[in-house]
Amino acid sequence: MSKKDLGLLILILVVGAIVAIINPRFLLPINLANTSNLIGLFGILSIGQAFVIITGGIELSVGSVVALLGTLFIDFIAVRELDWPLAFVLIIALGAIIGLVHGWLITRLKLQPFVVTLCGLLIYRGVARFYTADGTAGFAFGQNFPELEFLTAGRSWGVPNSFIALIVIAIVMWVVLHRSVFGRYLYAIGKNEEAAKYSGIRTGRIVMAAYVICGVLTALSAIYFAMYTRSISPASHGQFYELYAIAAAVLGGFSLRGGEGSLIGVILGTVLLQELQNLVNLLGIPSSLNFAVMGGVILIGVLVDQQWGVFRARRLMVDAARKNVAGAPAE
Amino acid sequence: MNYSDTSIAATTPFLSLENVRKTYPGVVALDGFSMEVRPGEVIGLVGENGAGKSTLMKILGGVTTPDTGTITVDGTAHKGLSVEGSLGSGIAFVHQELNLFENLDVAANIFFGREPLRAGPLKLVDRSKLREMVAPLLKRVGANFSADAQVASLSLAQQQMVEIAKALSIKARLVILDEPTSSLPLAETDKLLDVIKALKADGISVIFISHRLHEVERVADRVVVLRDGMLAGTLGKRDINHDQMVKLMIGRMLKEREKASEAARAPGATALAAKAIRTPTYPSRPVDLDVRRGEILGLAGLVGSGRTELARVFFGIDGSLGGTLELDGKTLVLGSAADAVAQGIFLVPEDRKLTGILLDLSIAQNISLPNLPAHARRSLVSASAETATAEKQKKALGIKAPSVQTRTGTLSGGNQQKVVLGKWLAMNPKVMILDEPTRGIDIGAKAEIYGLMRALADAGVAVLMISSDMEEVIGVSDRIAVMHEGQISGILDKDQFSQENVLLLAVGKQPK
Repeated sequence: MSKKDLGLLILILVVGAIVAIINPRFLLPINLANTSNLIGLFGILSIGQAFVIITGGIELSVGSVVALLGTLFIDFIAVRELDWPLAFVLIIALGAIIGLVHGWLITRLKLQPFVVTLCGLLIYRGVARFYTADGTAGFAFGQNFPELEFLTAGRSWGVPNSFIALIVIAIVMWVVLHRSVFGRYLYAIGKNEEAAKYSGIRTGRIVMAAYVICGVLTALSAIYFAMYTRSISPASHGQFYELYAIAAAVLGGFSLRGGEGSLIGVILGTVLLQELQNLVNLLGIPSSLNFAVMGGVILIGVLVDQQWGVFRARRLMVDAARKNVAGAPAE
Repeated sequence: MNYSDTSIAATTPFLSLENVRKTYPGVVALDGFSMEVRPGEVIGLVGENGAGKSTLMKILGGVTTPDTGTITVDGTAHKGLSVEGSLGSGIAFVHQELNLFENLDVAANIFFGREPLRAGPLKLVDRSKLREMVAPLLKRVGANFSADAQVASLSLAQQQMVEIAKALSIKARLVILDEPTSSLPLAETDKLLDVIKALKADGISVIFISHRLHEVERVADRVVVLRDGMLAGTLGKRDINHDQMVKLMIGRMLKEREKASEAARAPGATALAAKAIRTPTYPSRPVDLDVRRGEILGLAGLVGSGRTELARVFFGIDGSLGGTLELDGKTLVLGSAADAVAQGIFLVPEDRKLTGILLDLSIAQNISLPNLPAHARRSLVSASAETATAEKQKKALGIKAPSVQTRTGTLSGGNQQKVVLGKWLAMNPKVMILDEPTRGIDIGAKAEIYGLMRALADAGVAVLMISSDMEEVIGVSDRIAVMHEGQISGILDKDQFSQENVLLLAVGKQPK
């Protein structure tokens, strides 16, 4: 765990302690379970975003993808009555295809990630609304999918299964990002794509793979969100989720220029964001202020981090200068 | 100095430099240099790469001040100029890389930051007045485009005219053109030379820096030759000719180097062969070149002659527009640098910090990067395998660093270059291309890099070294190929090696 991650963890604990003192309901099992469920849902989404951000890209369409794929998933199993495992595989495959198309447009046709995914944001939202004729997708009365519901919205030993899924995914993706050849390539491309290319890395394929990973994880979280809300109105479902994901990554120490950030960081960023949401609810702050609180905290976090970096760089310089003076021959 | 053939001689100089000396750590860039420029005089300034031209330009532009010496501008003596002082006294630059805003139109570029404004609180730009001000300037440079044209839509020569018009707009009395024709096609060059003549007719002085000696011959009233930071000589109008310039640029013949006396090596089989390769920069100039196993082939030529572009094609970064590449007699299709690396063709690029290494990664991570799967088990990177490879290269190359985990960005230039070499040496090179391998590197590290290149060649690797350092090319190569404007103008064998021959080929003439 880096110092940055440690600092974030301490912040989470301090904020948690303060909220718990002011309102002890924060520590009630039901509140913790609800919050960790949301952490699970948003965490999966944010990990996907992190893989794109590490390459220096951005994926703005995830909120709309959550809406579109969630709508399709419920439609597949509730209306078209597909077996849920089949529907599950189809949705994941669709997520992968969306990622592949974005990656292809960005690496082969050299479009800017911001532009491609902004168009995606608009297109998928529109398609989702058209698909349901702006209606709401949901389950009919009495429709049950016990295994699926257990896996997505259920609990084991009191812990939401969505949170457990996040832990499993996080461990796997930690290994991929921090230990695998692919992960090293991602960092190298994020740091300096040109130099990575001159080292014989097929940078286009690696970047494309990052968007596919993002697409798959977004599809997975879309299923979780769908099963959590159980009814989807495509006009608003998933709105701003891309910003939650980007915010979690930025809070977690990712640089939007690429090449910087850790998996633990993005998880902690998600935890802090959900903690803040919970704080707004528990401390009786008007919920209309929700976004303002989040934005303020992110701004302060990034500012402190940046100032700390400047301070450290200056200290290093002073140290080096002192060493030089000490090492200079006496005249 | 011989002014007898010009009427200009009588007038007092606009600019004169006396005994100017400028040193950088370890280098004397200019040494006791003197020259003068009279009103309406066109001075051709020539010299090899590294002769001190850039330093001289920096001094005139006020970017740097000389250690000693005086600069007299318009009768006032200075120890050194400031950027504002230089501009204020009417010295204007047109650089090789143009400083124009391509997304703005011609008029906006010429008066950028000095736009005529309308009265009123909004201070809007007065377009009609701006156009009135621009029109005579464009006329003076003989522009065939309008003041409203987008700069991006203009040809290079036209863009240079915009730069010159900009210089005129600040009432320049001396316009310094730095390699203005190096990227221009022939027809456009003629236009530019006409503009120079027009400036001269208006009494404006011009310093024309160029590697293209025949152009210097055409426009210069006087030629000043720089060599090793010193004034090698001045040629009056009547004495300006190609051979005289080349002679002064090289000076006396280089003393024989030990390497040069070695018997020519028996050439190995051809490793990399280019057959009518056409680079995107010079699409109409096919290049044929063989690099043989066991030799160091020097690739000489002036800056902009297309050497780096050729290397980029050999390394798969750019596609060739035609022709074929062969490796060991087999046709090679390179879609990316990854393909070249897979074939054992490696490049040590010119721009170390941008393309050679990743400054934020450690030495070990940089060295393992091109061959990472070999340092991994089940596609998980093995830190111990990385460290082992890096330690080996660190020892073999003498990389000076606390450990192989040290961030590459903290190393000196020479050590960074060794890391670039190390990443390729750790694999099995067949063809090693080095683009300006010793640029910005201290002398000790230079010698080590020469030794490494020789060791590679002795081990049967085909080594292609691009270099602008004449002594390096002659001292290190087994053969020298010289490029001129995108084409190989000649190949010299060991017994033909001389600075004069290389330079003659570099400017497109036949060697002696």
